[in-house]
Parts: sequence; structure tokens; C-alpha cells
Amino acid sequence: MALALPADVRPADAMVPVPYRVVGRARETADTVTLSLEPVGSPIVTPAPGQFNMLYAFGVGEVPISISGIDAGQRVRHTVRAVGAVSQELCAAEAGAMVGVRGPFGTDWGIDSAAGGDVIVIAGGIGLAPLRPVVHELLRNRRRFRRVTVLVGARSPEELVFRGEVASWQASARITVRTTVDYATAAWKGDVGVVPTLIERVTIDPEVTTVMICGPEVMLRFTAAEVLGRGVAAERVRVSMERNVQCGVGRCGHCQLGPVLICLHGPVFPWSRVGPLLARREL
Amino acid sequence: MKTIAELLAEQTFFQGLDQGSLDFVAGCGRNVHYSAGDRILTQGEPAHTFYLLRSGSVALSFYVPGRGGVIIDTLDGGDVLGWSWLFEPYKWQFDAEARADVAAVAFDGVCLRNKCDSDAQLGYLLVQRFAKVMLARLQSVRMRMLDIYGPGTPS
Repeated sequence: MALALPADVRPADAMVPVPYRVVGRARETADTVTLSLEPVGSPIVTPAPGQFNMLYAFGVGEVPISISGIDAGQRVRHTVRAVGAVSQELCAAEAGAMVGVRGPFGTDWGIDSAAGGDVIVIAGGIGLAPLRPVVHELLRNRRRFRRVTVLVGARSPEELVFRGEVASWQASARITVRTTVDYATAAWKGDVGVVPTLIERVTIDPEVTTVMICGPEVMLRFTAAEVLGRGVAAERVRVSMERNVQCGVGRCGHCQLGPVLICLHGPVFPWSRVGPLLARREL
Repeated sequence: MKTIAELLAEQTFFQGLDQGSLDFVAGCGRNVHYSAGDRILTQGEPAHTFYLLRSGSVALSFYVPGRGGVIIDTLDGGDVLGWSWLFEPYKWQFDAEARADVAAVAFDGVCLRNKCDSDAQLGYLLVQRFAKVMLARLQSVRMRMLDIYGPGTPS
């Protein structure tokens, strides 16, 4: 995972949004939608799983949004939860609407480095969005990996994103998939409990296992602790972080976490790098 | 066919118990099976048993008027089901239902309590193991209280 600015994203270009049109909009949950975007003119560089784009809602503002789908051609997908003015505007965008796209920025999950071993993908809430392209890649190149396990947690069945797709991963039996929610009624057939508690139920060969985790920081901390407790080295545990990313190119410093900038050195980090930083209250 | 003591020796929960203690505990156990949909425990009923799940899946639920049964936890093979047999008033606090066919070892709680009363060392070892299970479930509840998928989730 490179820590330098990708060579193909020059800073001058990186600050200019590229016009994209919304060509599809799928509601995931009550407050979350997935937008399919296609370039109106020249596209951005094809992103790698784990990278993010800055999405600009014209006249409202810009926010960092992870890439939840990298389709053949030039289409990208972004899964957005309405939590503020900009994300609400993006969530409301219908097919035909225009948005600005800057990116792709940041580090990727480094899927190739996990080849030949086991991979465990762990997502909490909308944290499945940046991991969805990883699962696609693992399925596409299934023979390159040994055991592949996907663990997904959400507050309730209604708050699980990509529900239909996750069910199809389960049904395919090509990978092991477990979903868990905090509470449920009898109609729910998955697990109940927080996602870190699923880790003890997973077969882990620590020497050859790569773990990729995305969710809120508190979830990352509990989950990483469980994984480390099973003997996986901190270098083999990768997490995707989110802080107050604004410029996306390491210039403004808003997303600084101690010695690292999330937008530039992340968002995907080995736990060995950010775990100790997250334990420091001053940061 | 394996004896109960042999089955227990394979389970993480009983790891570290010497053979004598395993045989002692196994003397209170019997193999049981439940089909998917079978009720195993009912809230409020006397709790004189605990189960070590060998395979299958169990849902723990709490009946909430107006909402029906709310599932608060699910258990798998290797998990322990039930600790109300250890503490007064010895009544189940939740319902438990098999979600998939279950194979388990059911232990006579009264028998075990009596053995623990007469063998404090064994009692300590068992309570230590149950405390570990309780700690893990308490930690799970704390994580839910923290709403670990809440605000701050990457978007």
C-alpha cells in the first residue's frame, strides 16, 4: 500500500470535479442509497477497491464517499447515507441528476497481497460499501484465495445494506457469509449479536489470514482486538478509516490522525499503523 | 460411539479439566437432540439443566408484549446454553428455540450443584468457566449499548 499520492492523480487535476450523471439509484435502507454514476465527458482514473471519491453536490458542498462498485466500463457506484446537508442532497439525486466527482484518492485494500491465503472480510453497517468491490474481486478470482469469509453486522435486518446481494453470496456457497444484527424477530434467519462475536466462530489460520475491516472506529477497535486475540498479526489486519476528509489530497490537514493523513496515507491502513493511534485520547 | 466424557474433552468450555473432573461432570450429562423449531427453554420455568451445544443453532429470545419474541442472541456448536440453574431462583430468564437441528449434552443442574457443593475445587473451576461465558456475553451487550454501527460509520 503506497503512502504517496498516486502518480496518475496530479494535484491540479485532483481539485477539479469531473461531471458525472446519475444513471441509477437503488435504495438500500431508509437513509441510504446507492448511486450509479457515469461520466459525461472524460472519466476519472479507474479506482481500486478501497479508494474513495469526493462527490460534489452542486451548490451544496462536497463529501468523501467510498466506492461501492467498480463496473465494467466507466461506471462507478457510491453508497451514501444521508447524515448531513451534502449527503442528503446526494441521496435525493434522481437518475439524470449531475454530480461532481474528484478522485480516486487514497490507498486500496491490497487484495493481491492476500492471494494464496485466507481472507476474512468484516463489515459493520454501511462499512460494507467499500468492502463490496473486495468481495466482487474475491469471487471473480476465487481460485487465487483459500478460505474466504465475509462477516456483516448491522443494527437490524432493515439496516443491512446490499441485502439481496449478500443473500446471493450466501446462496452461492463459494464463500462463507454470516450476517448478524443486534436484535431481530423470529423471521430473521441470520445471527444475533455484534459482529466481533462472530470471530470466535470462524476458522482462522493466523499465519496465512488477511483480515479487512470497515465500520465505525469503535467497531474497528473491538473487531481488531478479537482478530488479534486469535493470533493474526497486526500487519495482516487492514482497516478503512474515516475522519474529516475535505481536500482529499493531503493538503488541508483536516483528516490528520497524529502522524498520518487519512485521505493521503489511508483510508486503508494496516492495524499496526493506526491501532496505537486510535487508543490515544488526544487524537 | 463416544462417551459423554470424550465429547466434553473436545469442547473448549471444558478444556483444562482433569480426567477425574471430566468424568465427574459427565456423570450428570446425557445426549439430547432437538429438531429445528423445538422449544428448549421457556422463560419463567424452573431451570435445572444446562446444555453444551455440540452442533446446530439456538435462538435466545425474550417475549415482549406487543412485539412478540425478540431474539437477543444466537448460539452455535461449542456454546453453553443456560446458567440460571446456578443461581436462585433457578428459573429461566429467556426462551430458547432450536433454529436448526441441535445435538447437545444436557446436564442435570441439581446433580452438578450438589457435586460442586461437595467438591469446592470442581465448583470453582466450573464457575470460572461460566464466568468467562458471562463476561463475553456482557461485553457483547456493552458493544450493543455503544451502538457500534452508529454515527461515524464510513459512508
